[in-house]
Amino acid sequence: MCLAVPAKIERIKKQTATVDFGGVRREISLGILDGVRVGDYVLVHAGFAIGKVTKQEADDTLGALKELKRFSR
Amino acid sequence: MNTIKLMEVCGTHTMAIVRAGIKKLLPAWIELVSGPGCPVCVTSERDIDAAIDIARQKDVIMTTFGDMMRVPGSTGSFEETKQKGSDIRIVYSVLDALRIAEENPKHKVVFMGVGFETTSPTVASVLKEARARKIKNFSILSNFKLIFPALRTIAGSREVQIDGFICPGHVSVITGSVPYEKIAKRYKKACVITGFEPGDILKGIEKLVRRVRDKNYGVEIEYARAVRKKGNPTAQDVLKEVFTPRGVEWRGLGVIKKSGLKLRNKYKDFDAERIFKVKRRSVLKKKGCICGEILKGLKKPADCKLFGKACTTRHPVGPCMVSSEGTCAAYYRYGK
Repeated sequence: MCLAVPAKIERIKKQTATVDFGGVRREISLGILDGVRVGDYVLVHAGFAIGKVTKQEADDTLGALKELKRFSR
Repeated sequence: MNTIKLMEVCGTHTMAIVRAGIKKLLPAWIELVSGPGCPVCVTSERDIDAAIDIARQKDVIMTTFGDMMRVPGSTGSFEETKQKGSDIRIVYSVLDALRIAEENPKHKVVFMGVGFETTSPTVASVLKEARARKIKNFSILSNFKLIFPALRTIAGSREVQIDGFICPGHVSVITGSVPYEKIAKRYKKACVITGFEPGDILKGIEKLVRRVRDKNYGVEIEYARAVRKKGNPTAQDVLKEVFTPRGVEWRGLGVIKKSGLKLRNKYKDFDAERIFKVKRRSVLKKKGCICGEILKGLKKPADCKLFGKACTTRHPVGPCMVSSEGTCAAYYRYGK
């Protein structure tokens, strides 16, 4: 249940951010994480950014998601 | 060689370990046991019954995470209650539950919340918003739990002799590593916080074994790309502002002091327990099901007479088979 997926912050409007999960875009809340900027990578759990992550973490997981998409074609 | 017993606390770790076949790769003297970190699994039948009582009431829309739907209470599950006509909806986020409340002003929308420190701050944040916007038809049935009191109970137990904990990665994103330090010191347990990739888990196990053998009881972060020592202070503050600890019942572990969360008085208008005057009835234990012992790390799914026979993922008897992260479900799917 404590699944969290990394995503890149693309836009921020007040407490809401648009993020990119390797091609899939979604709006998430920044209600429980301070100091987030456009271009940062965050872990997303149940519609909320819960923590910042390094680009390496994001690249690993998002890379795996891209691989999966390739399989599904 | 003395056996080293490690507990993976988090259900997501259990799933990853069984799926990747990690147990088969390890030498026989390293034993992995599953812990209480599947929020759906540790929710008591009494709490599920109370939620179903609310869902049955007129003009109520009950919302919850998908994992909760099939978990049996003493008289049925959410899924069965929905089939009988109650309005019960699966949401991905508590944000969706708040949106449903705004779209249905004539209904009372309740969010049945389960989860640990990863999830409860998201609900606290939404409650702050609902209060600021004076939303009247939205409430929370809090079944949130705190993982550290449960870890203390297990660490201090004579029944289960654990040498170290594979600590949950995403709970630790919020809490940081500091709360584990007391447990490591007081109970002489090694604690390593790991990520969820098979490589992360193996590295974590290696570090734990080294620490246990050297009697070096402390806390190590093996998931540094996401976990900081102090965690996420904003989330911790939001959580404290809205919730306060109380004693609650865990399936398998019984009542643990200050291990659950209730809404603070300031948020009483959003407290489903108060609004619907929830009463928790006593229930009879299911015959033959050993989920309780499994959640404490005392028994394995194969020790259960029902496992794979009367209890399967299609027809689950206990919560450990229902939840996609339950120990029995993981063994049933991948462990054969």
